[in-house]
Amino acid sequence: MLGGEYGPAVAKSIELLVAVGKIFEAERLIPIESAHVSGVSYKNLGDAGLEFLEEQADLGAKVRVKTTLNPAGMDLDRWMDLGVPEDFAVKQMRVIKAFKNIGIEATCTCTPYLIGHVPRFGSQIAWAESSAIAYSNSVIGARTNRESGPTTIASAITGRTPLCGYRLDENRAPQKIVIVNAKLKTPFEYSALGYLVGEKVGSAVPYFKGIFHPDLESLKALGAALATSGGIALYHIEGITPETLKFDDEKLKGLDKIGVDEKDLREASIRLSSEVKDPIICLGCPHCSLKELKHYAKILKDKRLRRRLIAFTSRGVYDQAEKEGCIKDIEHAGGRVFRDTCMVVAPLKEMGWREISTNSFKAAHYASSMGIATYLSAAEHVLREASA
Amino acid sequence: MKFHGRTIVGGSAEGVALVSVEPVSFYGGVDPETGIVTEPRHCIEGENVKNRVLIFPRGKGSTVGSYVIYRMKKRGVAPSAILNSETDMIITTGCVIAGIPLMDRFDEEFFRILRTGNLLKLNASEGWVELISNLS
Repeated sequence: MLGGEYGPAVAKSIELLVAVGKIFEAERLIPIESAHVSGVSYKNLGDAGLEFLEEQADLGAKVRVKTTLNPAGMDLDRWMDLGVPEDFAVKQMRVIKAFKNIGIEATCTCTPYLIGHVPRFGSQIAWAESSAIAYSNSVIGARTNRESGPTTIASAITGRTPLCGYRLDENRAPQKIVIVNAKLKTPFEYSALGYLVGEKVGSAVPYFKGIFHPDLESLKALGAALATSGGIALYHIEGITPETLKFDDEKLKGLDKIGVDEKDLREASIRLSSEVKDPIICLGCPHCSLKELKHYAKILKDKRLRRRLIAFTSRGVYDQAEKEGCIKDIEHAGGRVFRDTCMVVAPLKEMGWREISTNSFKAAHYASSMGIATYLSAAEHVLREASA
Repeated sequence: MKFHGRTIVGGSAEGVALVSVEPVSFYGGVDPETGIVTEPRHCIEGENVKNRVLIFPRGKGSTVGSYVIYRMKKRGVAPSAILNSETDMIITTGCVIAGIPLMDRFDEEFFRILRTGNLLKLNASEGWVELISNLS
């Protein structure tokens, strides 16, 4: 492959994977089963990234494994409704076209595992998007490192990745024990827990005790927040996630322990939250599942919103939600549901946004760093407070 | 005087050293059109990296920095080579896709001896850097 017999794009990609393997001291490249590519929003890519992607497409690069795409900077059809400037939209569409030419499915979602891109337990995959990495490693038990946009593209078009990091058994063992002394109910509380623990354990592998019956939405929120404040790619929950059976008391002995209680969680949300006057309610970081959209639709049924509400989801989930009638219920109350994008990767400032309220610590973290005042609370709370 | 390091991206180059004691972020920290370092209060703020042998500890900041290195190369304002103490994924990715020689993990005296303005010759594929003249 390095010799150029598969074309210049493959040769360049192998060169990249070998170089990355070298810095992480990988002994060889191994095959992967699927890829998920980040670095899609023109807001982050800029002209530099756009040029690179167009050149890859022109060189004839084609993916060899199933490859999905992270959110873009806008709803690809309804960008005008979102207030995205036209020059941005033109560049964004060029980015999408380049990805499609490489053979990547323009799913534009951070939750590929909700729309049929579900790796097997133990399979080697090359995924970017920190929240999807945490989900696939921890909840599914697939194996990926914290990949970047260019490395996932290289892995997708070669079907290879360096064997290192979380791909190896010895690096998947718990490194810190987190004892949760709080009854967690909503994804918002799991998001708070993730943000707090990410701050405390950095990029270690946490092993949670004291979490019972989390739903998929809670695990999605937990992983997204863990990866935001820390660099966490893998976590375990006793009795819940699939690899915990390997770790008996003997293996956990001697690990540092940290405790988290309800007061800690409340303080974390107060710390990251700012005061707002007339925020846009933003839900869907990570992208809403069907269950979440149904839940919001139920709260809003026959109500009227006093504020703007925007929920973000994937096209796959949107289409199901439309069939179930929940898009109609949310719109009837005055809310909107957009696809392909979210409050983290859309050009919020250029769209004229100043304040949001959300249930996601990940969204709050990034929106605040973009200068958008953000209020944090449970989805149920912000929706009920804003509707009558 | 010759120094030895680890080859990450091969190739040879010759150029005047620009040494930063601080990590460098290409995304937001360097102007991709001119090659001028724009990060406020950075130790090499205002310097131009174009055709220099750029020496710094490691990368920092957004992974989009890789694409910025690529763009600079296309514009002809990229460094001729990059030498790090311990390189990372952002810099490695940028150098591979742009085709810029990259080395790291040098002999101990390397960072003590080299100064901005030194004329250097290097062959990253063979893993060496030579100090041609120490005029600065």
